[in-house]
Amino acid sequence: MSLEIKALHAQIPGREILKGLNLTINPGEVHAIMGPNGSGKSTLSKVLCGHEDYEVTSGEVLLDGENILDMEVDARSRAGLFLAFQYPHEIPGVSNANFLRAALKARLPKGEDIDAVKFYKQLYARMDQLEMDRSFTSRSVNEGFSGGEKKRNEILQLMMLEPKYAILDETDSGLDIDALKIVSRGVNAMRSENRGFLVITHYQRLLNYIQPDIVHVLKDGRIVKTGGKELSLELEERGYDWVTDESLVAAA
Amino acid sequence: MVTAPEPVDSDISDIKVDNTGNFTFPERNKFDSGFGITDKTVDYIADVKGDPDWIREFRHKALKVFNEKPMPTHWATKDLENIKFDEFRYYLSDGQKPKRSWDDVPEDVKKTFDRLGIPEQERKFLAGVEAQYDSEAAYSNIKAAVEEQGVIFVNSTEGLHKYPEIFKKWFGKVIPTGDNKFSALNSAVFSGGSFIYVPPGVKVSHPLQAYFRINSEQFGQFERTLIIADEGSEVMYMEGCTAPKFETATLHSAVVELVAMKGAKIQYVTVQNWSSNVFNLVTKRGIAHEDAEVRWIDCNIGSRLTMKYPGVIMKGRRARGEVISIALANSGQHQDTGAKMVHAADDTTSNVISKSISIGQGRSTYRGLVHIPKHLKGCKNNTECDALLINANSHTDTYPAISVRGNQHSTQHEASVSQVSADQIFYLMQRGLTEAEAMSLSVNGFINDLVKEFPMEYSVELKRLIDLEMEGSVG
Repeated sequence: MSLEIKALHAQIPGREILKGLNLTINPGEVHAIMGPNGSGKSTLSKVLCGHEDYEVTSGEVLLDGENILDMEVDARSRAGLFLAFQYPHEIPGVSNANFLRAALKARLPKGEDIDAVKFYKQLYARMDQLEMDRSFTSRSVNEGFSGGEKKRNEILQLMMLEPKYAILDETDSGLDIDALKIVSRGVNAMRSENRGFLVITHYQRLLNYIQPDIVHVLKDGRIVKTGGKELSLELEERGYDWVTDESLVAAA
Repeated sequence: MVTAPEPVDSDISDIKVDNTGNFTFPERNKFDSGFGITDKTVDYIADVKGDPDWIREFRHKALKVFNEKPMPTHWATKDLENIKFDEFRYYLSDGQKPKRSWDDVPEDVKKTFDRLGIPEQERKFLAGVEAQYDSEAAYSNIKAAVEEQGVIFVNSTEGLHKYPEIFKKWFGKVIPTGDNKFSALNSAVFSGGSFIYVPPGVKVSHPLQAYFRINSEQFGQFERTLIIADEGSEVMYMEGCTAPKFETATLHSAVVELVAMKGAKIQYVTVQNWSSNVFNLVTKRGIAHEDAEVRWIDCNIGSRLTMKYPGVIMKGRRARGEVISIALANSGQHQDTGAKMVHAADDTTSNVISKSISIGQGRSTYRGLVHIPKHLKGCKNNTECDALLINANSHTDTYPAISVRGNQHSTQHEASVSQVSADQIFYLMQRGLTEAEAMSLSVNGFINDLVKEFPMEYSVELKRLIDLEMEGSVG
């Protein structure tokens, strides 16, 4: 049981972005990926979720042993993969509550519906944890939300959908310190031995609140260094330039 | 004299269903005017219906106008030229009860009803199991309830026979025969439709539904509806339903006239889902006298070509007119819809909100006309038209014509075209929705604020209908 990324190569037309990426996330683990701009961090999250702009040229992604690269975007989601978007989309006219209900219903056998009472009970409990006002249930998904509200809403979805593996793509960007704390609290509440996290971030700051077990450095489409939490502190202090590709060094 | 042709019996197994749930079945008709339209056709219809002389004359005059008027292809689509008037039958009346039973209705038809959540009673009608039978009971109840208040709610034929003094006063006055080629056609061959009169001060508590007195005539090709709300009265009328209607005829041309007297309020709700071979060319207009209000709430789905621009003539001071419309055009369909707002008194207010959705190669056109003449003051108009394109090859056009003379008025116009973006669909699918579900949700969101204007049961059906339309639209 794990999310296993093996020698993953992916490209947009004319440019390879992921160049043989290897990473294994076991349930219960929180992995952080850090790296300079353009290293492929966001590409990784989109490729894992099946975004059509990216073409996987080789490699495998196994979700609990099943290769998900041939699966549609929605099937990957239902298989247990969740992405908290860096730029969550607005869905005009669709209320947050209806959106979540539709997403939960999509996980049920055809013809079955969710229990509305249970649903709202859970939704309100989760919203309380994220200090979200009840009015958010009837507001259109992300429409007119502030940057911080959008990120909170992403974590609310994570909490409601309870995925096996969650990717947080720069969830800290655009958050003030109070919002960062609230969002982190939500994520930490979801940490469990049955769930793996991949936290993509530019900054060490987020990792003060969501403590990673393992930190990776992504550079030019490959993981070039892996370490413990202390690695993120070092990166914060020294930047990325000093990091060299250990695998290349080893090969040399 | 008329000799009725022998009814032709048909078997339920002849019902044809296509993959979108549209279905047709061979009809048996006691009265059949034959193909094409001539003075003889008009006389035939007048004979069968036992028209009074003035209506017979009205029909003949209308036929002349129809023949003389050119097709409006100088502004409308050339597709109109494909209508072969000689290939239609202009009057059919089902004189007998169908013999088919519910058990005989094909499974896939039943399934479509299930998925749309159509009530049992309507299913039977729509499947051709019943024409006017059980639904009579429900209709009678409504009728009894409103009759106590003095409301007249009958079909147009009964209206003109039984209440000539009211009928004659307003019939053809809101929409004159020569308004357009198709109103003339309707005037020549009309049958079916409703006649409603609401006495002064009466607020009709039930929405009056055409559902409730469904019969073959009601769903005629050339229905004619006349609603008069007398001073200070209120009425809501609902027609149609979201189920795909079986169609043997492919030309529909209705005329609907509304008269709201001083302080009266009329709301007219339409939800129609035509099969994709239908030309649906409808003229709808209301007159709002002083302090009166006419609201058209309109949803058009399907058809090969729909041309429909509900209008309000605000004739008295402080009159209000409103058109709220949703149009959905799938591949092979053209929804050419809009609104006409004619301000003819001071301090009149009109509001037009139109949303259209084009799927696949579907095409939607908004055509609006707002007229505020120079001699008036204090008139207001608000026009909003938003178009949503689902695919890159979907098509939308907007032709707003707002003519405002004088400087004591206020108008605003907003138009937008948006496309369901790939990133929005990706976002929704990442949460586990299939592509079709993601599309449906986006489309339902787009029209959500307008759907709220429809009565509850319609809005639920609308949502399901959009789900069904979207299923077929994505690869």
